[in-house]
Amino acid sequence: MSGVRVLVGTRKGAFVLESDGKRKQWNILGPHFAGWEIYHLKGSPADPNRLYASQSNSWSGQQIQRSNDGGGTWEPAGNKFVYDGVPGTHQWYDGTPHPWEFKRVWHVEPSLTDPDTVWAGVEDAALFRTTDGGQNWQELPGLRGHGTGSFWQPGAGGLCLHTILLDPTDPGRIYIAISAAGAFRSDDGGHTWRPINRGLKSQYIPDPEAEIGHCVHHIAMHPARPSVLFMQKHWDVMRSDDSGEAWREVSGNLPTDFGFAIDVHAHEPDTVYVVPIQSDSEHFPPEGKLRVYRSRTGGGDWEPLTNGLPQAHCYVNVLRDAMAVDSLEDCGVYFGTTGGQVYASADAGDSWSAIARDLPAVLSVEVQTLP
Amino acid sequence: MIQVVLPGHLRTLAKIEGDVFLEVPGQPTERSLLDALEARYPALRGAIRDHVTQKRRPFIRFFACQRDLSHQPPDAPLPEAVATGAEPFLVVAAIAGG
Repeated sequence: MSGVRVLVGTRKGAFVLESDGKRKQWNILGPHFAGWEIYHLKGSPADPNRLYASQSNSWSGQQIQRSNDGGGTWEPAGNKFVYDGVPGTHQWYDGTPHPWEFKRVWHVEPSLTDPDTVWAGVEDAALFRTTDGGQNWQELPGLRGHGTGSFWQPGAGGLCLHTILLDPTDPGRIYIAISAAGAFRSDDGGHTWRPINRGLKSQYIPDPEAEIGHCVHHIAMHPARPSVLFMQKHWDVMRSDDSGEAWREVSGNLPTDFGFAIDVHAHEPDTVYVVPIQSDSEHFPPEGKLRVYRSRTGGGDWEPLTNGLPQAHCYVNVLRDAMAVDSLEDCGVYFGTTGGQVYASADAGDSWSAIARDLPAVLSVEVQTLP
Repeated sequence: MIQVVLPGHLRTLAKIEGDVFLEVPGQPTERSLLDALEARYPALRGAIRDHVTQKRRPFIRFFACQRDLSHQPPDAPLPEAVATGAEPFLVVAAIAGG
């Protein structure tokens, strides 16, 4: 029988939650790397037992861990992230030039075809890649160097490259997103880049429709229709039908269009999930009701999903990398909260249950569907 | 042999069990001692001092003989008591948890 492995990164370690295809009983393994912040961990699509984890703390900085047995055991990999050439400057919060300084890896994105190739999105924003299983990391400098890098400015969480999407139909096409610079696309495997932010409107920058400066929180894609992108921005839920060339707002009837997480149903490219959050300062669900909103129309029309979720006195947040789906026949949807709960739905969001309840604050959730 | 005492999170990272004793040729310094430590435990590279600048990470401290050696030049000789093994060299995680 097929199974599911949920990879959970938290403020104080990583957890692996396993279940069979029924997704009723869950076995919780961990904490791995207890005491360390695990911003993200993810498995290789080409080898589900190969996992990579980003591990950091304020004492000893960045580590990368690698597992070859599905998270049972781990070995440190390379942790040397050095910007290519003279790093130069980006803008600081006060608008002054600030040298690029590596702080941490926010997101690891294993190649779709090679277990030894992994992309890493880092703070201060840059894209790195390893082709030897994480031992050595090289920056792809074309992103920072394409022309707008010196104008990028950090969001409240830092100048972080947090989203990496690989087009399964075109090995050269990669999408990334940076807070607070915006979305960018490469069509040549990451060597050259250009901003793809036309149609975004952000009232918190001097020119709301500027080419860069938008605080994109997350982008999601359905692998069968990779030219359609869904974005949760600082405010606004957006959609592009042309690989990011232009965006239109699809916030529709959401109670608030602020939020972090967004994902797409595994089998229905027009079924999208978001978790509305009250506002940029109030990082909790409106009215204290934790609701996932689902659109079956590719945005615009949204329905609240509440069955099994707390509907009173709930003031947790759901961070940008903390939602994922499995690809079983009945699509499973998963998300983690800053309150340490991991919620799962085995029926595409119709009903939910907590499969872990008292973990440290959840930073990321990824799902592997196992044969 | 020089004894190096590491904080728990670095012992876990490098999968160290038991005490750490290192042979450092010549007059031991902070730099030569950390070079020897990282050679034996490669997972510690970048976790005590920066990969590129080789500067001590801000929230790591070096103590020995009831003294804070954190601000000593990295090529200054370590205290005689550390060099002879009479006193350990302590790598300390500063108060920076959360």
